[in-house]
Amino acid sequence: MSTKHFVSGVLILASVSALAFAAQQNSRPEIATTKKSAAQKQAARPQDDGERVFKQNCSRCHTAPEGFSPSISGTIVRHMRVRAGLSQHNEEALLHFFNP
Amino acid sequence: MLRPALELKPRALAHASRILLFALTALAIAHHGSAQDTPLISGGVGFFTSTNGGSTSYYPIIEPLLAAPLGQHVLVESRAALLEFYSPNGGDQPGYDHSHFIGITYLQGDYVASSHLTVVAGDFLIPFNTYNDRLSPIWIGNFQDGPLIANLNFSSSGSGLGGMLRGNAIQRSKYSIDYNYYYSARSANEQFSASRGSGGRAVVYLPEQRLEVGFSYDRLLQGTHENFYGAHVWWEPKDTGFRLRSEFGRGQHAQGYWVEADYRTHAFGGPDSAIGRIEPVFRIQQAFRLDTVASDGLPAANTQRADFGIDYNLPHNTRIITSYARQFSATGNQNIWETGIVYRFLFPAWKGKQQ
Repeated sequence: MSTKHFVSGVLILASVSALAFAAQQNSRPEIATTKKSAAQKQAARPQDDGERVFKQNCSRCHTAPEGFSPSISGTIVRHMRVRAGLSQHNEEALLHFFNP
Repeated sequence: MLRPALELKPRALAHASRILLFALTALAIAHHGSAQDTPLISGGVGFFTSTNGGSTSYYPIIEPLLAAPLGQHVLVESRAALLEFYSPNGGDQPGYDHSHFIGITYLQGDYVASSHLTVVAGDFLIPFNTYNDRLSPIWIGNFQDGPLIANLNFSSSGSGLGGMLRGNAIQRSKYSIDYNYYYSARSANEQFSASRGSGGRAVVYLPEQRLEVGFSYDRLLQGTHENFYGAHVWWEPKDTGFRLRSEFGRGQHAQGYWVEADYRTHAFGGPDSAIGRIEPVFRIQQAFRLDTVASDGLPAANTQRADFGIDYNLPHNTRIITSYARQFSATGNQNIWETGIVYRFLFPAWKGKQQ
């Protein structure tokens, strides 16, 4: 009985994974056709870096809140530095992302 | 997961008052920080229902979190849980009974010593595996219930009282390694109960693959010394909205694992569209007893459970959480239906300085 349930669970997980990959494949051409000039890329770099830090660290556990006061951005970043083990560079990038 | 809380008694209120006084003092000192370092109040407020065997329980809950920076290197943070629990009277008695609880989940001071080291002191959540210190807030968890092995570590309260060293050991573009090491003293204090023990966790993260692998170990250092081992694998492929989390834990008398998946589609207008806000979630878990000594928080008999849920992420940081679970055990099979709504709040403790 329990083996059957386990197998069913694995099958469902595999199905969800396949769906996720399908979504990823569908989104790739759109990313590939999005071209930016070198100047735009240069200007966007610090912001992108902070966004990358957010996606690779904070988003691993939770989604982003829908906005917050700039007066607490430093406190949030320090909290994340402790919780997510951010390096100083990543902390600065994240702070810049919150306060572009 | 809620840390064991206590009923409101005069002594508990006195403790809570002292903690509140401490928090207010920290806030007052923190007032002299920079324009972006205003102390914050965050957390979640929710209302949950759980139907098991035909009887439905209700509990409103609030989990406030306070974070207050002091100077350039220190952060004081604390989380608490306050809830009212309504459950049907047993037997043939009509109506509902209710009880209220209040408890400090953790209260710690963090000193950021360098890029690679943070020193933590106080009452902290034990970072064994991932659920306890990373997924337990009500505004983060995909399910109302924590996994069966959530309490499988040296301290049944889920927290330690002592110190911890943690940080980022290596940071490269291809990988990073985080670590922590902690020691907890024994404490019988009502708010800060803890066992004597020590342990640590090491986590390797591959950002390109969005893959995280970690290992945990801790050891109970009082009474009969016991070892606990854990491992976890998380995979969150880039730009897919899919997350797969899994964890294995083994103690002296029991072991178990859970695997959880959730998905928010990026199609149909993105994750913030009406359809993208729908989040199917699934979790399968098993817990096994290795002997008859039930000194941990795992079920007394081997248990298998599958949870199927649909969460809906409303605008304004609000989330509806629903799930159905079927649990199989030698002590009896169960259907568990759970619903709830959670609002996440995040705001300054007071109006900050102008930049």
